[in-house]
Amino acid sequence: MNEEMILKALHKVKDPEIDSISIVDLGMVETIKEEENRLIIELLPTFMGCPALDIISENVKKQIISLHLYHHIDIQFIHTPPWTSNRITERGREQLKSFGIAPPPAQLSESGDWEVSCPYCGSQYTAIENLFGPTACRSILYCKSCKNPFEAMKPISTLM
Amino acid sequence: MKKIDFPPEESMYRTALVELLYQLADDDFILAYRGSEWLGLAPHIEEDVAFSSINQDMMGHAAMFYQLLEDLGEGDVDDLSHSRKTNERKNGVLLERVNGPGHYLGKHEFDWAYTVVRHYFYTQFKKVRMDSLKTSSYQPLADVAVKVRMEIYYHLLHWKTWFLQLMQSNSDSRGRMEKAVQRVWDDVDSLLCYGPNGDDIVKAGLIEAEDKLLQRWKHFLTPVFEAVHLSIPEKLKPAAASGREGVHTKDLEEALAVLSEVYYMDTTASW
Ligand SMILES: [Zn+2]
Repeated sequence: MNEEMILKALHKVKDPEIDSISIVDLGMVETIKEEENRLIIELLPTFMGCPALDIISENVKKQIISLHLYHHIDIQFIHTPPWTSNRITERGREQLKSFGIAPPPAQLSESGDWEVSCPYCGSQYTAIENLFGPTACRSILYCKSCKNPFEAMKPISTLM
Repeated sequence: MKKIDFPPEESMYRTALVELLYQLADDDFILAYRGSEWLGLAPHIEEDVAFSSINQDMMGHAAMFYQLLEDLGEGDVDDLSHSRKTNERKNGVLLERVNGPGHYLGKHEFDWAYTVVRHYFYTQFKKVRMDSLKTSSYQPLADVAVKVRMEIYYHLLHWKTWFLQLMQSNSDSRGRMEKAVQRVWDDVDSLLCYGPNGDDIVKAGLIEAEDKLLQRWKHFLTPVFEAVHLSIPEKLKPAAASGREGVHTKDLEEALAVLSEVYYMDTTASW
């Protein structure tokens, strides 16, 4: 199995709602395996009601087909392990920022409050405006320093 | 208890499992529908965004539970959610009640206080339920529960905030909330019961006993109720209709008629 080529192809599949970050850097790719000439890719959905899952699955298929390595491709969404926001890679966190979205706070502080830096000016002087944003995985915040509204990925962890 | 990945055909275990899955799926499905009727009508724009997001999550959870049923050979997810008749539905009656008189497209008096109380009570119950399902003997269900549990963390935060704020606001708001709490208490028993197969469901190790969940649920509500000086009734009123047995109100019948009308326009459409 040419894992390097497959990963490269998967890196071309972006989150349909945030096109600067790939599903690999989002931490959605759990396993890539081959069984009897069949390529199986197991993906973890970020949120279960996410309407982008079908699009992602189609795009993965397209990218793999374009490699001309496999005739049979199986894309499966699995729930174990559950996707958590700490699966986003360091590079993914940077890519989110470049899109104007603050990456999820790495850890929930003890009080349950978030410490989110503004993706524009880096200030920590921010406030949550709405826990729920335009998509299931994002919240709306406001930067009191540069006075910009911005979005942040919600922290999701099994400890919650 | 031994973990099970595939229940044997025609076993008591399988019957109990299917029964519980219908309850889980139908509960989320109908309340997500009631929630979506608020689209464009919520008290302010931020709430509209938040509520839509919550409804979408809940519909996603219902879809997962229907998927587990499909995996057991119960039928296709879209059919299970859209074409089952009123007397085949297993949701608690509390969740099917209309948001208020009228229709969302026309004149209506939707009750925000009732919505807040119902969603808060339900979400807290859902949390307790998922906590218990995490150790379910049916492994695929335990896996889904872990995922659902993480997502409803934010739902619970949301409804608890609304509940506390409206309870502690002016006397008009307080009055409406107290009325809503009373109405929800009257129906809450319909949610906390596992129906006629309840004993089998518990014996199969699918979820813990009803009274254990009830206790835990009350335990979570207590500090919140104390903060707003309300007491939790010792005994719950028996439910007027047993949704778990397929007995429902005309509210559900009307909702399903609207739902299936859209579905039957084109049953092959992808949603
Ligand atoms: Zn800023």
